[in-house]
This record gives sequence, structure tokens and C-alpha cells, in this order.
Amino acid sequence: MPEPMLQITGLNAHYRDFQALYGVGMQAHAGEVLAIIGANGAGKTTLMRSISGLLPNGAGQISYKGQDISTLRADQIAALGIALVPEGRQLFRSLSVEENLIIGGQIGRKGPWNLAAVFKLFPILEERRAVPATSLSGGQQQMVAIGRALMANPEMILFDEISLGLAPIIIKDIYAALPGIIGEGMSALIVEQDISKALAVSRRVYCLQEGRVSLEGASRTVSRSDISRAYFGVE
Amino acid sequence: MEWLNAVVQGTLLGGLYALFAAGLSLIFGVMRLVNIAHGDLIVLAAYLGLTVVTMLGLHPLLALIIVVPVMAVFGYVLQRAVLNRTLGDDLLPPLLVSFGLSVILQNGLLEIYTADPQKINAGALETASVQVGGLSLGVLPLLTFGIAVAVIWGLQWVFYHTALGRAFRAVSDNPDIAQLMGLNRRHIFGLAMALALAVTAVAGVLLGIRTSFDPSIGGARLIFGFEAVIIGGLGNLWGTLAGGVILGVAQTLGAKIDPGWQLLAGHIAFLVILAVRPNGLFPRISA
Repeated sequence: MPEPMLQITGLNAHYRDFQALYGVGMQAHAGEVLAIIGANGAGKTTLMRSISGLLPNGAGQISYKGQDISTLRADQIAALGIALVPEGRQLFRSLSVEENLIIGGQIGRKGPWNLAAVFKLFPILEERRAVPATSLSGGQQQMVAIGRALMANPEMILFDEISLGLAPIIIKDIYAALPGIIGEGMSALIVEQDISKALAVSRRVYCLQEGRVSLEGASRTVSRSDISRAYFGVE
Repeated sequence: MEWLNAVVQGTLLGGLYALFAAGLSLIFGVMRLVNIAHGDLIVLAAYLGLTVVTMLGLHPLLALIIVVPVMAVFGYVLQRAVLNRTLGDDLLPPLLVSFGLSVILQNGLLEIYTADPQKINAGALETASVQVGGLSLGVLPLLTFGIAVAVIWGLQWVFYHTALGRAFRAVSDNPDIAQLMGLNRRHIFGLAMALALAVTAVAGVLLGIRTSFDPSIGGARLIFGFEAVIIGGLGNLWGTLAGGVILGVAQTLGAKIDPGWQLLAGHIAFLVILAVRPNGLFPRISA
């Protein structure tokens, strides 16, 4: 195995006095898709925020392509090629759909993704390019959030709660689009509540429980009983 | 005819108030910073204008070529070195620090320029007037109003048609996510303060040509600016112009009734509008 693209070792994360992650370890290789599952409050979003630099970390806990990124700012990490599709979309409400996408590309990394490519992936966004982004439906907003992350031409994309709050039919559409995104050789970390969906799209799975990794395995071979044990912490 | 004259003069005065307010509105809109030192920064710009005019013998309007960039650079440095450190979830630290800045500016100006009232001499421009339909309009107030409209149009254009404006709006909406898009909020805030103080520079020099000033008058300009912003509705620049005009007209009409009522009438108009429309006349509509 070559050196992992993303290497997390002994990651502790805090919100003031509250510790949300305890010594989390994780690796992602180039082109690999990881699923991250776990109950509410297990630390999944905290992990996403730590990797993307929105939460400050201690030195030496997260390295990306051999470089320690633990203490970099979010904009510096984004420039290295890690993009986040945040929980709850978090679009810019005073920007139009198109402006939200353009601002995603502002980081200036070269690659296949541009406005035209995103509009090809999600044609509905082209139709609605001039309207305020937050006037769209939840599913369309999620498309903008994904498009906005892709515009940065990342090498690794983090999806936080990709299907939370969306109608089942929309979730299906989003998952149908995923191979087209990840197929470009990108690595992805997908945080997902729906375990069967998470296992279907990923190569390996990590389960978090109360801020610790409770299970790590290949998505195809991991058993349902192992997962429920790791998920709920009961025998 | 005298009443019409008062309304027209008040409208033109409103242009100056809108210029006082535009910088304030911009700073609040982008970074939710209430800048108590804004009035003193206007006075600082007036003194800078005075210094440039006396030292280089330039016409005050030409002096803007120097005063505007100097104030803009000062704004960027002030934001990066001082004000950025105060921004966070708590609104109190920026209020206290900008209050402190106000005290420092006033006393600094007092040390350098003394408490004697000063005025920027603009020669013939100060007294020139044109006759329009029986009204005598000063060229300087007309010019001020024209500049105010142009500045607000320009700010509006920057906000909605440039990458910088997009960055301002994105950082204002959600600073964390904007940071993910590679927008370093500290730098963006610095640019916003630079732009705000560039506008303030114009306001200060025009103030200095129009009336005499001394280091202590910043507080009243801050109040006029605040009132114009609140009357117009937070975050709406054209509303700020309307707010300035309403304030100016209320003041000149008040002065028409009794010269002692000028300021009081402006404050009463402000209070009435605040009571009837607490969000101002034109609160931000999504553009």
C-alpha cells in the first residue's frame, strides 16, 4: 500500500470544555471512498470540521499528502485540495445560485470542474442560476452545495450528512450523481445516516461512537451485527 | 417658495449625511461592527484634507487624490492590526475598542491641530450658486449630493457586480464557509474597512469645505450617520441615501420654524420613523 493521502492519528477535538473526539485514527488513500457512520453526537461533523480546518487542532494529528495540515487555516487547507459539503448545505443566502458556484471556484485550482461541468451534472441549476440560492428546494440546494465544493477542483471531498432532511427521491438523484463525481479519481469521505447507502458507495467504513472509532472495515464484508454493536455500543 | 427652498436645501444636505452614513452601513453590513469612531474618522479625513491643501496648495477636491488612498490604507491596517482582534460572537469588544479609538483620535487631533475651529478653503466653489426655477442652489451642496449619489451607486455596483462584492456578501452571510472557499475573512474585512474609509475621506473633505470643524465634532457626525442608516433600513445603501435626505430635510424645516430647532427636528424625525417602522423604511430586501 502506498502512503495514505489523508492520515489522521490520535485526533482530539474540543468545543471549549467539551471534548468531542478522543484519539481518532483514520486513513484514506487516493481515489478511495470512505463512509463514516455513527449515531447523532458521535462526532462525525466534528471530524469533518477538524479535517477542513474549521476547528483548530493540535499539531501532528492530521496529515494530507505527507504534509501536516492540523494547524492550517480553512482557506489554506482548501487551497491544498480538500473541499467540504457542509451539513445543512450552508449556502450563501445573499448570493445567487451561480454566484455560490463561482465563489466555490475562487480558490483557483485547475481541473475538470467549472460552471459548465456543474451545470451538466445538475441541469436544473442552470435553469435557476440567477435566483437566490436559498430560494431553491432542499435537494436543489444540496446540488448547489456539492457543485460549490466541486468548483474548487478538490482531490478529496468531504460530504457531511449528504442526505439529511432530503426527500427519498432526491436522495436517489444525489446518489445517482455521486459516481460521476467520485469517478474523476477524487477521494471522498461520506458521512451518512443511512447505513446501507453508505456501505453501497464506499470501499471502507468507519463507525464513530461517543468520539471514538468503534469499527473499521471493508464495506463489502462488514457484518450487520458488528455495525449495530459499533453503532449503539451494546452487545 | 421659502418652504420649497428649505426642502431642496435639506435634500442636498442629506447627500452629505448619506456620505457620513455609507461607510458606517458598509462596515456594519459586512462584519457586524458598530464603529463608534466613525465620526472621528470623518474629522480625521477633514484634517488630512486641510493639511494637504495647506502644504501642497492643492484645490480641496484635488486633495482627495491623496486623502482617499491614505485613509483607505489606514483603514486596512486598522482593521488587520486592531479591529479584527475584537470580532467574535460578542458585540461588546468591538464597541469598546472603537470607543477607545474615538478617544485616541480626538485627543491626537487636539494635540496636533489644537481646539481652534478650522476650515478647508475651496475658494469660489464655496459661494458659487446657480438659479433654478427661482431657487438659488449652492454649487457645493449640489456637487456634494451628486458625489453622494455616485458613491452609493458605485458601492452598490461593487457589492453586486464584482468579485470583491461577492466576497463581502459571502463573508457577511457565513464567515466559516467563506473561509472554506479560500476567502480569508481577516483580509476581506480589511478591504471592507479600506473601502469604508475611502468613502469617509470624501465625506470628511466635503464636510471641511462646507463648515468649520474642530476635533470634538465627530460625535455629532456619528449620530447623523447612524440616524441616516437606521431611517433607511440596515444593509440598504439606497435606503441610506433616503435616510440622509429625510434627516437633512427635517433639519432644514426645523430650522425654518425656529433656528434652535434644527437638530431637534432631525432627531424627532428619526424617533418617529423608529417608532413607526422599527426596521427602517427600506430594510434589506434580497437582491
